[in-house]
Amino acid sequence: MANHNHAAPAPVGGSLVNALTLTCGVLIALMVAILMVRFLFGLGSVTALNDGYPWGIWVVVDVVIGSAFACGGFSVAMLVYIFNKGEYHPLVRPALLASLFGYTLAGAGVIFDLGRPWNVWHMFNPWSINLNSVMFEVAVCISLYIVVMWIEFSPVILEQQGKLELKKKVGRAMFFIIALGTLLPMMHQSSLGTLLVVLGVQIHPLWQTPIQPALYLLSAITMGYAVVLFESCLTSTAYRRRIEGHLLTPLAKIMLGFLAVYLVIRIADLVIRGALPRAFVPSIEALCFWIEMLSFIAPLILIGAEDNRRNPARLFLAGVLLMLGGAMLRLNGFLIGYETIVGDSGGFSYFPTLAEVLVTAGMFALEVLGYIIITRRFPVLPREAATH
Amino acid sequence: MGTRRDFLKGVLAGSAAATAGAVATPVLARETRPRPPEALGLLYDSTLCVGCKACVAACKAANENPPEFSTADHLWDTPLDTSGYTFNLIKMYRNGTMDAKDQETNGFAFMKTSCMHCGDPSCVSACPVSAMTKDPVTGVVGYNPDKCIGCRYCVAACPFGIPKYQYDSPTGRIGKCELCRHRHKDGHYSACAEVCPTGATLFGKTSVLLEEAKRRLAMKPGEMNRFPRGHLRHAQEKALQGKPDGKGVMMRAGWRDEPDQSYETQAGKYLQHVYGEKEYGGTQVLKLSGVNFQKLGMPDLPPDAAAAMSETIQHTLYGGLLMPFAVLGAMTFVAKRNVKPEDDESGKEGT
Repeated sequence: MANHNHAAPAPVGGSLVNALTLTCGVLIALMVAILMVRFLFGLGSVTALNDGYPWGIWVVVDVVIGSAFACGGFSVAMLVYIFNKGEYHPLVRPALLASLFGYTLAGAGVIFDLGRPWNVWHMFNPWSINLNSVMFEVAVCISLYIVVMWIEFSPVILEQQGKLELKKKVGRAMFFIIALGTLLPMMHQSSLGTLLVVLGVQIHPLWQTPIQPALYLLSAITMGYAVVLFESCLTSTAYRRRIEGHLLTPLAKIMLGFLAVYLVIRIADLVIRGALPRAFVPSIEALCFWIEMLSFIAPLILIGAEDNRRNPARLFLAGVLLMLGGAMLRLNGFLIGYETIVGDSGGFSYFPTLAEVLVTAGMFALEVLGYIIITRRFPVLPREAATH
Repeated sequence: MGTRRDFLKGVLAGSAAATAGAVATPVLARETRPRPPEALGLLYDSTLCVGCKACVAACKAANENPPEFSTADHLWDTPLDTSGYTFNLIKMYRNGTMDAKDQETNGFAFMKTSCMHCGDPSCVSACPVSAMTKDPVTGVVGYNPDKCIGCRYCVAACPFGIPKYQYDSPTGRIGKCELCRHRHKDGHYSACAEVCPTGATLFGKTSVLLEEAKRRLAMKPGEMNRFPRGHLRHAQEKALQGKPDGKGVMMRAGWRDEPDQSYETQAGKYLQHVYGEKEYGGTQVLKLSGVNFQKLGMPDLPPDAAAAMSETIQHTLYGGLLMPFAVLGAMTFVAKRNVKPEDDESGKEGT
């Protein structure tokens, strides 16, 4: 590993005050204001949640989709340390950082959505926990993973603080932390899919299957690589740096491998369960199904050829499409394909309020702001001669 | 890496992983759980229901729930559906000219909406903190607000749309029928059955209620028959004499004694289906109707509970944490080989 010639990670530097960070600040302030109303007057005061739709975008977008977007760290770490592809090492820190923020905020975001948050400690109370509950597994696993990721990332902070002794000590245990950091996302990303199983017939057959865990895990890994492509292209543009094409091109190939396995399993499952004909019944569910499927299939065409994988624009677009596909799989399963009482929608519908959207936007702004501050002040991105 | 100690550690981890993997292979299929033998429940007979909603009012009073208004004048309790504050509701099916009761076309019918107390409840399986529990003896699905974190997974999980959250409160709870279990210790049974004037809602052991339901399905429509009211007891209990409990209350087999209130009336035209007998492996609340249950808002459910499938998947993957430890062992072994303590400085060496 040490033989690879990588530029050492270094702070990007530069000002922390600019149009983007100020926008983030405003969005965060709005979020805080809305959350104050939420905690004073209840979930109903700011959300469109109702008796037919107990979960809205704070669960589905912030946690279920958000944590899948945050799988970059896990996907890249697995590549580097488990499959021993040391050449991807420069991608580890930035990907890990994005994951760290994604997960930490998803974890914090859950608290906003909990109806009785002061009882949340029961999740760790041995006399309360329910080992049969998929939600329990997800919650404990995500909490643990957030801690593990902070330890994984701690060398960056310790390095900047000059605490090299401590950094060395953490480094000695790092192999185990990395192993844990690979196992935990496998567990909860798959379980996020299993969450739907107990909802039974309330979930449209296009999204209700016992192989849920496999679909959610494989799509999360694929999304992890897609996010890295997306992020690398974006960071390079924003910080006016070279695009790491020599890394992204082969990475995209690995991503397509996972994607192909996902698609084979997804389609085989639909055919075996006899659910596929439902995709041809004109309905909002069928439309959303095709948006999801085409977003997964299009990257195969877009960057299937080696030559096309060298084209940054195509890589970027493929990354965005896969993120969309994975997001749609989750949105479809949890909201579009969810019917609260079977055969009787009971007149319930859900569309997020502006306040709900602003809280989600505020969380995202917090992630972007954190990413900017840390990459400018801490050694995350590879050192580059031409940084401004 | 490279030292013999490290190698041994790796081998140990690897073999532990392999062993664990081998043990974890058998699929821990979890069958749908039947109701407990002494399960308590209700029998709702749509053909006997007159839609008076005395049960709705009694339920409100017994559970100290506030009225909910859906009319402009806010004169009386008019909930449109069950909610965090309404645990029981009588809904009405209407079709065409509404000429006759319990008739699908040009008719109308009533349906009671409240917790079915499933034998294998999805809400109990879903709850991460055991705030939703099923009593091992009575089978009553109860709720404990002191544990509940308000994640609303139970709300999402229930195919009957029963547990509901109170969105209008910063300290909102989940509201649902608990079969008036808070009244059981004083010998009172479910308030809805207690007040039902026609015996359309009966309280009792589900086994006894199921027998009664089958007796009704065997009746000839229009024929005069005897129908019980209130608490339907087992034949042996019926024969018992009530005993004073020392506080001036007559008790019989743990419940307040009451005189026989059965009466004669014409049997309805039943569909040959006891709803809840087999749905999701069986529920403790059973229903009879003359109109298709799906038309009355009851979901068409398979005989296997979704909780059984969900828990089968969970325990296959995580039973005894064998699989996770196996994967962790393997990952640790591989990571140990590929990660060096000074790994984070690898870049520095390169520059």
